[in-house]
Formats: sequence, structure tokens, C-alpha cells
Amino acid sequence: MNLYEYAGKEIFRKFQIPVPEGYVIASASELRPYTSPVVVKSQVLIGGRGKSGGIKFAKDQKSLESAVKELLGSKVRGFTVNKLLVEQMLEIKKEYYLSITLNRTERKANLIASPSGGVEIESVPESQIFRKSIDPIIGYSDFIGRQLAKFMNFDAELSKQIRAILPRLYEVFQKYDCELVEINPLVLNGDGRLVAADSKVIIDSDSLFRHKEFPKEDPERTPLELEAQEKGYSFVELDGNIGVIANGAGLTMATLDALLLHKGRPRNFLDLGGTDSTDIVVEAFDLVLKANPKVILVNIFGGVTKCDTVASGIVEAKKKYDIKRNIVVRLSGVREIEGREILKQNGIEAFSEMMPAVEKVVKFAGGA
Amino acid sequence: MKVIVDQDTKVIVQGITGHQGMFHSGEMIKFGTKVIGGTSPGKAGQKVNGIPVFDNVADIAHLEPEATMISVAAPFVKDAAYEAIDAGLKLVYILTEHVPFHDSMEILYNARRKGVRVLGPNGPGITRPGKCKIGIMPNTIFRKGGVAVASRSGTLTYEIVNAITQKGMGESTVIGLGGDPVPGMDFIEALELFNADEETRKIVLVGEIGGSNEERAAEYIRKNVKKKVVAYIAGRSAPPGKRMGHAGAIIERGVGTAESKIKAFEEAGVKVAEYPIDIPGLLE
Repeated sequence: MNLYEYAGKEIFRKFQIPVPEGYVIASASELRPYTSPVVVKSQVLIGGRGKSGGIKFAKDQKSLESAVKELLGSKVRGFTVNKLLVEQMLEIKKEYYLSITLNRTERKANLIASPSGGVEIESVPESQIFRKSIDPIIGYSDFIGRQLAKFMNFDAELSKQIRAILPRLYEVFQKYDCELVEINPLVLNGDGRLVAADSKVIIDSDSLFRHKEFPKEDPERTPLELEAQEKGYSFVELDGNIGVIANGAGLTMATLDALLLHKGRPRNFLDLGGTDSTDIVVEAFDLVLKANPKVILVNIFGGVTKCDTVASGIVEAKKKYDIKRNIVVRLSGVREIEGREILKQNGIEAFSEMMPAVEKVVKFAGGA
Repeated sequence: MKVIVDQDTKVIVQGITGHQGMFHSGEMIKFGTKVIGGTSPGKAGQKVNGIPVFDNVADIAHLEPEATMISVAAPFVKDAAYEAIDAGLKLVYILTEHVPFHDSMEILYNARRKGVRVLGPNGPGITRPGKCKIGIMPNTIFRKGGVAVASRSGTLTYEIVNAITQKGMGESTVIGLGGDPVPGMDFIEALELFNADEETRKIVLVGEIGGSNEERAAEYIRKNVKKKVVAYIAGRSAPPGKRMGHAGAIIERGVGTAESKIKAFEEAGVKVAEYPIDIPGLLE
């Protein structure tokens, strides 16, 4: 789950990582009178806000008011701006990059830094990037900070400052189960202090049971995806016209891939999971129907989830929701013969192999 | 060769009185696995599928279990893993889904320190036909043979194993690595075992989008593996930035695409199947 910049900075402040003075507003009435130059930053979960006009500078009361009026409720690269961060303007002398993230290959956290900050780290040449694995048992220790400071060519004062920030950043990474904590840019301010001018904090969604302070809302998901998540399904909306219900993430992905290779266009990814209940199947149909596909493909390899249970669920859903659109089913594995028989009696075609089912549903959808 | 487990491996189930623990301990016994006990705090003295239930792993230690299947809720997985490691077990298989990856990381590194192997989280376990099954793979799809399979997916593995068996071939070892971003075991560790195992003649890798595990496996195969290796990669159609069911199945910042994995395998001489069902054909 991505945190907004202001929420990330609140955490930084709590852990004494220097951030600019500022406050958040959700309406113009919350705006405080102008005292000194400020930046007004749209709170949206997408990069490149500056280039898209989502960040404005104000040097008097009037320009502050007009910036707020212009930005609140506007759209930045498709995301609606509901909150603004009003922040003291920094006097930028230099911009650095700093982050801690999971390196999946090493299965360890990596500390990453660069003297070239303020741009996407992917665009920075490898020679200008400092990377250090953090051993999960040893954790962060000051020698890492000294290596980093040397790479960055920091003088004694900046070295001291960064080595105060680093252990706190690692503490945030650990304490909040982060996938990523990123400060980009880390600014050397006119007053000689290093200040986090931005924050990007991504929290592992699987850890939210121990971080109850964060709301469940996730602006990156569609309302239907959120509803599915609440009900315990892995569900992703796509832009095609073939509704898909399968079991297991891998098999569901393989089903979408097979559709695409046959020039079919999937409307969604839905993984039934490893349960054996007709209700789960009926509810899955409810979700897929809400996405309004032209046809529906059910692809099941029975194991824990038994084919006859799924078949009964399909029959029940067809009655309950009075489904008129074509449903193509593939049932294989545990109790497949029983399952196909149930469907046959109810006038639903069922295959034992995946490919004929895929070909059939693509035909119904009007593809290839 | 003993590939992680064999017919003598004594197994326990932590969380045996839960829905999954109850069902799968029974299935494992039917498969021939030596399930000698289970735990469920406060339920000592009960029996599940004829298996004695204990409060703590320490209470079963005298029976010398070697492996555990952990099937407790995600918040309690770390403690359960440490309990097993403390009791001297050598294989910790975690069935549970949605374990925070910080926990997985901690478990993995502490396990390594103690010489313990971790399998999972969020995977179907390990099956060696005719010898032992720990996990949730369906009993009926296997036949003893010379094909070893390592996979990041569950159901897709069953689909492929079933196809291999139906074509008259059989399996030596099938390992589910799990769908999480921080798996206890990865492809290279599985390849090391398959490569050394004399019963394994051919190898199947079932990968998916996310991370760069497949790319590293391809490099390892190029340098070290003489046996025939074929692969399937799920997620060709996945849009970037979306998690496709598994926590680990996501294309992030351009890393983890199916194209990159397929290319790496093909460059290492590993044929990649277009559809899961094509795997047996590539093996022949």
C-alpha cells in the first residue's frame, strides 16, 4: 500500500528525519495566512507531479490562494487531488537520492543512494549509484553510513547528518513493514541541513494486521477490485470482454495468457483460491458480472477445490443471476466427471481440456 | 538420493486442528507420509486422523520429527517457525498465505544460521512419488518417474504434473517454491538438488512474472546443468504494476516481465512452452 507524501513525512517527522515545516489541507478554509514562500503540493500517488502541473509555488497571500483554488479537486495524470501539502519552500543547493527497498534476488533489504537526486533513479547511471545489502540479522550499522558518505563525497558535517538519518530510515523500513522508503530528493538546504523534500513509502499490504493506523482504502484499486479484496478474492480488472474465473494464481495467469495468444481479450483476473464451497463460486460470478463481460470462462483444475462443487456453484449462479450470456467451462482433476455431468444436465457446455475451452470462448466473444 | 525428504522423513503439522491442517494431514498419511504428530496449543490429547495432538513442538521432540508443515494464521507464522527451529527440526514448510515479507526474511536468515531449510510461504510443498508428500498437492496426479519439477505456482503445477503423468512419464520430485516475493527456497537451490539427484533425468521449471529468479536460474543452467530443462512462464498478458494473485507476481519498474524470463531461458537452451499443456511434448 502506497502512502501519500504527507503521511510518509509524518512518519519521518516522528522518527526525527528532517522534513520541511508544513501542513495538510482538504479545503481552502483550512489554509493558514501567508507568512513566507511556500510550495503547494498535490497529494496523489503518482510520480512526475511537478511536470504535470500538480506542484505550485506561492510568494504571497494571493498566489497561495489561487494555487489552492486551482489544485484542489483538479486531476493530476488521472488522479483527483483531494488533499494539498502546504510546505515551507526550501533553498535547494543540491539534490540527492536515498532509499531502502527489498532486493528480491538477494532476499535482503538494499540501501541505495546517489549524488544525482531529484530524477527517477532508473535514469541515473549505475556508476553514480551506491548500493549496499543490509544483512537482516546484523541490521544497519554505522560502517554502512561511512561507506555511503564516502561515495557521496560528503564532508564531515554532511556525513554526520546522513549518518543520523540512515539508522532512523532503516527503523522506519523495519517498523512499518516497508517494501520501499524513498527520499527523492534529499535536499541540501540553504541553511546547510539535509531535508527530505519528498517521501515515498510503500507498506506491505500483508502486514496491515499490525498497522491498524492505516486506512484500508487503496486509491490504486478500482471499487470492484476493493470489493473483491474485501470478500477475499484476488481480482484484477482488465480491459477486455471475456470474464475469467479460475483457481490458483498461476493457472489464472496461464488462462489469461492463453486467451491473449488466441486473440481473446480478458476482462478480469479472478482466482477462486483453495476453497471448496459453492458459495465462493456464486459470489465470484457476482463480481465478474459486475464487470459486465460479454462471455465468461471458468477454468478449474480440481484438487482441494473439487470440480463437482464448482459445477454446482455455476448452476446456482446461473439461476440466481439469470445469466443469459455464454458460459464456457473447463473442469479437470478431482471429481471432473461428476462436475461435467452436473453441467450437462443444466445445459452448460464443459470441456476437460483447457485449449478447446479457450478457443470456444474466444469465438463467442467475437475474437479470432 | 534424498532430495530434502524421503520415505523415512518424520513429519509434524503445526496447526493440525485447523481446517487445512486436518484435511491435509489425512491426505499426507494416505500418500504414505510418516505424519507422527501435530500441534495446537490447548488441544493436547486430542487426535486428528489418528495423529496425536500436542500443545507445543517441544512436546513431540522426543519422537524426533525432521520436518514440519506450518498451517497457522499469518500473524503467528514467525513464532511457529522459530518454535520448530528451536526444537531441532531441519525443514520448515510454510503453507500459509499473506505472511509479511519482513517476517519471511527474518525466518529465512535465522533458519540458515541454524542449518534449517525453509520452503514457502504460500506454496503447495514438496512431493516425491512413492516416498513422501509434505503439503497440499493432490495425491492422484503423480507417478514415480524421472522428471523433477520446481514451480512458483500451485494449481498450475498440478496441471503440468497431471499432463506429464497422462503422457506416460512420471516425477522424481515436485517442489512448490511459493508465490511470495521472499521465498525460502528459489529455483537455483532446486536446480542444485535436481542436478545431483541420479533419479532425476529431466527438469521442468514453472515460473511467473515478478523478480529475476528465472533469469538467474537460466544463468545457472547455462553454466552447470547438463540435464534437459524445459520451462513455462505465466503472466505474458499481465499489465505492469498489478499483482496477479500472488504477492510476488508483479512487474515493478520494468523488472520481472515474462518476455525477459522467456528470453533468458531460451538463451540458456531451455525450451519455453507456449501453453502449460505443451510441457510433456517438450520433454519427449
